[in-house]
Amino acid sequence: MTLGYVIYKLILAVIVFTVTLLIAMYSTYAERKVAGFLQDRLGPNRAGWFGILQPVADAVKLFMKEEMIPSVSNKTLFIIAPGLSLLTACMTGVVIPWGTSLTIFGTSYSLQVTDLNIGILYLFGVVSIGVYGIMIGGWASNNKYSLLGAMRASSQMISYEVAMGISIIALIMTTGTLSVGQIAAQQHGWHWNILVQPLGCLIFIICAFAETNRAPFDLPECEQELVGGYHTEYSSMKMGFYLFAEYINMFVSSAVISTFYFGGYNMPFIGRFVHDGNLLAILGVVFLFAKIFFGIFFFMWVRWTIPRFRYDQLMNLGWKTLIPLSILNLVLTGAWMMRHEIISVFIK
Amino acid sequence: MITTYLFYFLSFLAIMFGLMVVLSKNPIHSVLYLVLCFFTIAGHYVLLNAQFLAVVHVIVYSGAIMVLFLFVIMLLNLNKETEPHKSIWLKASAAVAAGSLLLVMVASLKGASTIQSVNTFNPNIGLIENLGTTLFKDFLLPFEVSSILLLAAMVGAVMLGKKSIK
Repeated sequence: MTLGYVIYKLILAVIVFTVTLLIAMYSTYAERKVAGFLQDRLGPNRAGWFGILQPVADAVKLFMKEEMIPSVSNKTLFIIAPGLSLLTACMTGVVIPWGTSLTIFGTSYSLQVTDLNIGILYLFGVVSIGVYGIMIGGWASNNKYSLLGAMRASSQMISYEVAMGISIIALIMTTGTLSVGQIAAQQHGWHWNILVQPLGCLIFIICAFAETNRAPFDLPECEQELVGGYHTEYSSMKMGFYLFAEYINMFVSSAVISTFYFGGYNMPFIGRFVHDGNLLAILGVVFLFAKIFFGIFFFMWVRWTIPRFRYDQLMNLGWKTLIPLSILNLVLTGAWMMRHEIISVFIK
Repeated sequence: MITTYLFYFLSFLAIMFGLMVVLSKNPIHSVLYLVLCFFTIAGHYVLLNAQFLAVVHVIVYSGAIMVLFLFVIMLLNLNKETEPHKSIWLKASAAVAAGSLLLVMVASLKGASTIQSVNTFNPNIGLIENLGTTLFKDFLLPFEVSSILLLAAMVGAVMLGKKSIK
C-alpha cells in the first residue's frame, strides 16, 4: 500500500461523497419540477435561471431558521439522530462500481472505492442499520406522533428487509458472487440481470421504495395522521438532514438497482463504436448516471402518481404478497439452475 | 503492528460499552450501548479476517434483533416510576453470583499462555467461499438440523401470534 494508492482512494471517496451530496441537493429541485410537470404547474422558477438556484436558497433558509429543541427531550440523542440518518445514507456509495477503470500513465485506477468480497451484504447491513436514525429521532422528540412515526418506520423496514433479502439471495444464486464489482462486470453485453431475474427485480424495486420511505410507502411521515411523523419536533437544518438523507437514499437505491439489475455501467453495442479504454470507462460512468437519473425520476413519478397505502395494506403487501413471491422466485431460480439434474431423475 | 493497536482499541471500546449497558439508568441508552458493543465485536471479526461473520453479525444483531428490542422498550415506556423494586437480599445475591462467575472467568485466564491450539489457525477460513464449503461439506448435518430448529421456532412464533386458532 503506497502513498499514491492512499491518495487515489481518498480522492475517489471524496469525489463520490461530493457527487452524492450534489445530486441529493438537486434532487430536491428535480422533485418539485417533476411534481410541477405532473400537476401541470411550473414548479420553482424564481431563484436563478429556471429556478436553478432554488436548492441553494433552500439551504440558506434552513440554516437561518430558528432552531428548536424540545425541553423535555433527550438532548444528546435528539441531536445525534439526524446526523446518524445522513451518515448511514452516505455509507453505501463506497461499494458501488461507478465505472470500469481509468488508465493514467500506465497505471490502472478502478472507479470503485472498494470492491469488498461481501459487497452485497455490506449494502444490506448499512440499509438495516439505517433505521436507527429515524427510531432514535422519533423517540428522543418525546412526542407521540414522532414515536408513532418511528414505530411505523422500523416495522416497515424490518418487514420489507425480509423480502428484499430473499430476492437478493436469488440474484446471488444466478451470479455466483457477493462482490458488487463482479456483478456489474458480469452484465457486459445484453446479460442484464433483469432478463434473468424479472420477478426478483420487481420485488427489489418495491422493497427499495419501502426502505427509502418514499411514497406510496411514506407512512412514517404521513401528514394527515401523524403531523410530520418522526421529524415533527425537528426544525432548521436538523429537519433538512432528515430530508436530505431521504434524497441520498433515493440516489443510492437507484444506483444499486441500476448496478444489480440494469447492467450498471454497461451499455450494449458501445464496444463496436468506441475502442479507447479510457473513453469507454468515462462513457460507462455517463451511462450509469443516466440510468440512475432515470431511477430517481421513476421514484418521483411514482410519488406524484400513486396515493399512499393504508397501514394494513402495507403490512399485507409486505408479508402476504412480497415474501411468498420472493420465496417462489428463489425456488424457481434454484429449480432452473438444477434443471438438468431434476430432468435426469425423471427420465431414469 | 497496527492490528494489535486496533485490537486493544476495539477491546477497550467493547468493554466500555458493555459496562455502559449495565450502568445506564435509561433502558433505551442500554440498548443503544449494546448496539455499539455489537459493532466493536464485528470489528474484532474483521481483525480475524472473518468479514462474512462480521457483516452477518451487524445485519442480524444490530440490524434486526436490536431494532426489535428498541421497538419493544420504546413502546413499554419504562421509567423510574414503573421500575419494579427488588429487595436488598436479591440484589446482594445477584452481585455475589455474578462476581463469582467473573472470578472463575478471570481465573481461567491464568493458564491461558500454556494452551496449545489443536488446529492451526487458517486465516482464510472466514472468507465466504471457505465458510460455505466447510458448512455444506464437513458440517452438513448440524447445519441442516439447526435450520430445522429455526423453522420450528418460526412456525411456533406464527402460531403464538395468531389471535384465534380454529
